[in-house]
Amino acid sequence: MNVTIVDYQSGNISSVVNSFTEVSKGKVNLEVTSDIKKIKSSDKIVLPGQGSFKSCVDSLNNINGLVDTLKEFAITNRKPLLGICVGLQMFADVGYEEAETKGLGWISGKVSKINNQNGKFKLPHIGWNEIEILKESKIFKDIKNKSHMYFVHSYEFIPEDKSVISATTDYSSKIVCAVEKENLFGTQFHPEKSDKTGLKIIDNFLKL
Amino acid sequence: MLKNRIIPCLDVQNGRVVKGINFVELKDAGDPVEQAKIYSDGGADEICFLDITASNENRDTIIDIVRKTAKECFVPLTVGGGVRTIQNITDLLLAGADKVSINTAAVKNVDFVKEASKKFGSQCIVVAIDAKKVSENKWEVFTHGGRNKTDIDAIEFAKQVETNGAGEILLTSMDKDGTKSGYDIDLLKTITTSTNIPVIASGGVGTLDHLYDGIVKGGASAVLAASIFHYGEHKIKDAKEYLNSKNVSVRL
Repeated sequence: MNVTIVDYQSGNISSVVNSFTEVSKGKVNLEVTSDIKKIKSSDKIVLPGQGSFKSCVDSLNNINGLVDTLKEFAITNRKPLLGICVGLQMFADVGYEEAETKGLGWISGKVSKINNQNGKFKLPHIGWNEIEILKESKIFKDIKNKSHMYFVHSYEFIPEDKSVISATTDYSSKIVCAVEKENLFGTQFHPEKSDKTGLKIIDNFLKL
Repeated sequence: MLKNRIIPCLDVQNGRVVKGINFVELKDAGDPVEQAKIYSDGGADEICFLDITASNENRDTIIDIVRKTAKECFVPLTVGGGVRTIQNITDLLLAGADKVSINTAAVKNVDFVKEASKKFGSQCIVVAIDAKKVSENKWEVFTHGGRNKTDIDAIEFAKQVETNGAGEILLTSMDKDGTKSGYDIDLLKTITTSTNIPVIASGGVGTLDHLYDGIVKGGASAVLAASIFHYGEHKIKDAKEYLNSKNVSVRL
């Protein structure tokens, strides 16, 4: 199996690469690239994302043909894709970090700043928080409800269709922290930094 | 509910841990990678390396340590000490650090914090503030490990780094550091209520109660400690169980 972590020159993806390398040892062929050809021939794709929504979208658009290739992979060919953090957020139609920015539009919805109730909750939302699993998701196989995951973000994805939400976390309100829509998977938290539980989610994705 | 974090800190000099943990199961008491792994396996919520190597020539050493640690520890890794340029940050992040902590360079030029957070995202920019009490409810920022006075007010500086995009503040009391008499709770409380970003408390932990005070009385989002976790005095797990027994929510 060929798994590609999309390296589109935005933010720090070392931890994603390290954890996938650890989990995939000897099992899958892992590539870290933005090479369109390699992405096309992949079985699964991981789309990480750090920094702002706008900077990530801009970086994706900067690589000729990348957005179209990802769309063909995920939407036309319905192959498994996992978005992490801003990688998940970019599934939305629009994001409001820095400036109003068009997203990939794969799952209808928007990305807006967490309502921190006038400073009652500190932002960024940094640290370990429990997830509440709302629906059976393939990537949550053997993951206990209320497991701790590592978060670091100030913006949240609000999908229009609530049935895509697979888990939420409680921080000022119920924040969407995982989605699953057919072949599309996304986590707001960082499985790559969430200790053994996080590695299990990566393992589940690789085993899909 | 968001959990309060316990962060063990390892001081690294020329690639070796100074004041490191001294558990019997350690093969090499000076190896930072091995110690980080023990902390991570023991339930540390994050690992912090502070590079206290004096010379610039040895920067590759810490990068090599970060690279090795990041391959074995799957919890966030923060690295501080000598971070002065965008290139320093790039090198550490590429090696596998999740956050970098900036101290002197932020004091010298707060625009550096802005530039760094814009380039890498606020999530990986921690500003370390070393503060010393100068009068009642007044603290001043010091640099170079507390040796250099700056005349900058710590509260104003904390607000300023927040505005400039810092994702967290690592606040060390120079009066308390090394005393084992507890955090400077007044300082902590003042900074946590003056800013809206998470504050990591540092400097002065001698007992598990001090961790409790930092979180409950000081309002810290995370507590950093070095020496109480060394020599096996307290394990991370003990600290968490203790805090949990006092109704402080932690990741168990």
